[in-house]
Amino acid sequence: MAHDMAHDLPHDGAHDAHYQGGALRWIQTTNHKDIGIMYLIFAITMLLVGGAMILAVRAELFQPGLQLMQPELFNQLITLHGLIMVFGFAMPAATGLANYMLPLILGAPDMALPRLNNWGFWILPPAAIMLVLPFFLGLMGIGPGAVDTGWTMYAPLSVQSGWGMDFAIFSVHMLGVSSILGSINVIVTILNMRAPGMTLFKMPLFAHGFLVTAILLITIMPVLAGGVTMVLMDRHFDTHFFTAAGGGDPVLWQHIFWFMGHPEVYVLLLPICGVVPHVLSAFSRKPVYGYRAQVYGMWGIGGLSVIVWAHHMFTSGMSTGSQLYFMYSTMLISLPLAVLFFCWIATLWRGSMTFETPMLFAVGFIILFGWGGLTGLVLADAAADPQYHNAYFLVAHFHYALYPTTVMGAMAGVYYWLPKWTGHMLDERLGKIHFWIVMVGFNLTFIPQFLVGLAGMPRRIPDYPLMFSEWNMLSTVGAFILGVSHLLFIYNVIKCVRGGEKAQDKAWEGAEGLEWTVPSPAPYHTFETQPTIK
Amino acid sequence: MQGLKKLVLGVIAALGFGTVWAGYSWSFPSPVTPIAHETLHVHNLFMVIALTLFFSVLALMLYSFWNHRKSRGQKPADFVGPKSRKQWLWVLAPFAGLLILDYGVFGIPAYHAVLMYENTKTDADLVVKVTGSQWLWQYEFPAEGVKFTSRLATPRDQIDNRATKGENYLLEVDNPLVLPVGKKVRFITTSNDVIHSWWVPAFGVKRDAVPGFLREFWATIDTPGTYRGQCSELCGKEHGFMPIVVNVVAEAEFKAWLESKKTGAAPVSTAPAKTWTLQEAVASGEKVYGTICITCHQATGKGIPGTFPALDGSKVATGPVDEHIKVVLNGRPNTAMVSFARSLSDADIAAVVTYERNAWGNKTGDVVQAAHVTELKRAP
Repeated sequence: MAHDMAHDLPHDGAHDAHYQGGALRWIQTTNHKDIGIMYLIFAITMLLVGGAMILAVRAELFQPGLQLMQPELFNQLITLHGLIMVFGFAMPAATGLANYMLPLILGAPDMALPRLNNWGFWILPPAAIMLVLPFFLGLMGIGPGAVDTGWTMYAPLSVQSGWGMDFAIFSVHMLGVSSILGSINVIVTILNMRAPGMTLFKMPLFAHGFLVTAILLITIMPVLAGGVTMVLMDRHFDTHFFTAAGGGDPVLWQHIFWFMGHPEVYVLLLPICGVVPHVLSAFSRKPVYGYRAQVYGMWGIGGLSVIVWAHHMFTSGMSTGSQLYFMYSTMLISLPLAVLFFCWIATLWRGSMTFETPMLFAVGFIILFGWGGLTGLVLADAAADPQYHNAYFLVAHFHYALYPTTVMGAMAGVYYWLPKWTGHMLDERLGKIHFWIVMVGFNLTFIPQFLVGLAGMPRRIPDYPLMFSEWNMLSTVGAFILGVSHLLFIYNVIKCVRGGEKAQDKAWEGAEGLEWTVPSPAPYHTFETQPTIK
Repeated sequence: MQGLKKLVLGVIAALGFGTVWAGYSWSFPSPVTPIAHETLHVHNLFMVIALTLFFSVLALMLYSFWNHRKSRGQKPADFVGPKSRKQWLWVLAPFAGLLILDYGVFGIPAYHAVLMYENTKTDADLVVKVTGSQWLWQYEFPAEGVKFTSRLATPRDQIDNRATKGENYLLEVDNPLVLPVGKKVRFITTSNDVIHSWWVPAFGVKRDAVPGFLREFWATIDTPGTYRGQCSELCGKEHGFMPIVVNVVAEAEFKAWLESKKTGAAPVSTAPAKTWTLQEAVASGEKVYGTICITCHQATGKGIPGTFPALDGSKVATGPVDEHIKVVLNGRPNTAMVSFARSLSDADIAAVVTYERNAWGNKTGDVVQAAHVTELKRAP
């Protein structure tokens, strides 16, 4: 029998009544597998939109001079790229993985709050539309275009911008609410619905990663909401939060934003810190090394992340004491991160490794994210930072931190659990080709950006002096190669959904965990009776 | 490990040689201030350490991938944590190494560097005030009463690919900042509108220009020359088009330049301070328009619908003269139309308003004299 999106709707009488068909099913579903899939489809769509935007940017940057667009459009594209990738792709993708896998990994029948789960997802499509609508209207000559301040939305530029900024503010509010609702669900599920016998310190690392992430999110998203509301007030209601003439301070925005913004990058990292040990352990056929160390490491990273935000603001004119504090506290984060790296590598060491696609992506994550982390060290030096800040060295640093994590790490998870979702093994040849195209494309895009940043090229400029030409040209070529790789990923996923070698319950030889005890594809309802863990 | 390190350094050297030969930049420019020297040193140290760490861990991982493979018959071990003393050493050594690296190797010099960087006030020989605007820099020597604007001088034609780009494309200005070599210069930054950021890579300094606040940094430049930089905080559409050029010269030359700036800084149009005719005013005003207003309101005067209003046929440009002058003087709050009262001379404002009122389809016949603008400024 052909399997569609991997759900065997039961055929006996009792349950048929409350399963709708068609579109209504997806709108009303409270099933964690359905909702997980919707999050993932939403995320990949946003990845393509945000990716297309940045390819337009890179096309403009292919050569000096303005060839394709005016600066006003350029500023919208880079802003939307950032906001879409962070809030439209990375966070929904993580939430999708959490929704699908947490109940399976914990041995629970569903998330704790299924209706909240549905609502948390369905806020996202309107929020995305709000964000990009002004962009498309602007292209048609209606209005000033989308938000164009960079994803960091610094005041007073944000107060000055056109009404695309107002749309962005409302969109950010909705995205924030969605994150908060999802996080509440994750926390309640993890704390209350683990299978009997699964203590917090027997719970797989996937869950620990998401627990820390969710707590961080409910801490920081209200702060962003407060901040963007203050911008809205300054824009339309004559307040002066960010205007000196009225007794305010533009730098106040920076503090509010980065208080959210720095933990945000760990919100993007920590789910992957939860995913990757599962993959490494499965494909080295070895138990996870340093389980407790990794748990404490994740908590250490989460805790430290909320007290280091102003390392994004070293050039804004803060006092000597503040610079020293934020420099030294930022350096401290490298320690729990090092613990995690050590444990990941020790998980591999003296394992019996095979290199299927999920393993390739997990290992690629470790290597490339490692370089991202190392380059963060020199940025933390408050006296040296001015030479890197707001130049392309910074752009390259955070892409080495973010892409291997939120994209490659998420893909490792998707490729790893696809057999569980679809009932088919994926096309390994295509998966490996995908991986190597990413390695080539990604490095070709961002290594030149390190170099051009050191040479003095600022970021967020649509045109540049001649000495930056060669590296920009190379970077653009790399970007297009990387862009194409995502199409291959989608093709591979769809191919796996539609067919392939039948997957066992335990699809991978070395895979461990409750999710591998249910059939592949996983039935619509799983663990309606919870297993007991010894 | 020795062989590998040599190989890596050799590759880097080859790359470096290759890139230098190719003529494009790939690292910091030569440092000319104490801070820049210090930062370059930190950077080089960091690159060596980070690359060594990266490649040695990578080598370890590649070794593991090769040897600990199922296809090689490797049976998986089952350890989950350190047990023996040797294993604990393996665990704690990288941790300790990182602590020493962070807080010792980098942390101690960084402490001194931050203190040095922030030591703006002691023994300053000279004070320069730098004001960022959308989209130009204004430099001021408050003690000497010198004030002038510094705008991108690259012609629009080059940006729009209608003319070949010059050597200093996007890094040239009409009025560079001139500074004396070997003197400690204290810079004070602020802004007229949004946050900008002043950066000259060769000086190793970058400081935000925050509206309503004064920030400071310092530089003592040890080598004469021309140094270029760019605005480093997104400030709107022309963010990429407001460069910084600093000419560092011997003290005598600096003093002479400062004197020349005191007596009549050349405004954009060099319009004479007399009563001028319509033709004179329009000719001067066209030059001013073509340097500044054109970026938003366009050569056709038609602006960009929805974003920048048209001047051709507009109510402002064909209505009451004083209202038109006031828009140029005061700007329009919460829009990209900034106030030009401090960045254009009265003569330039008079000329450009005259031009706008008599260009394209506008035929008001109005002539605005510089004196009238001065009057309006005093009594708004």
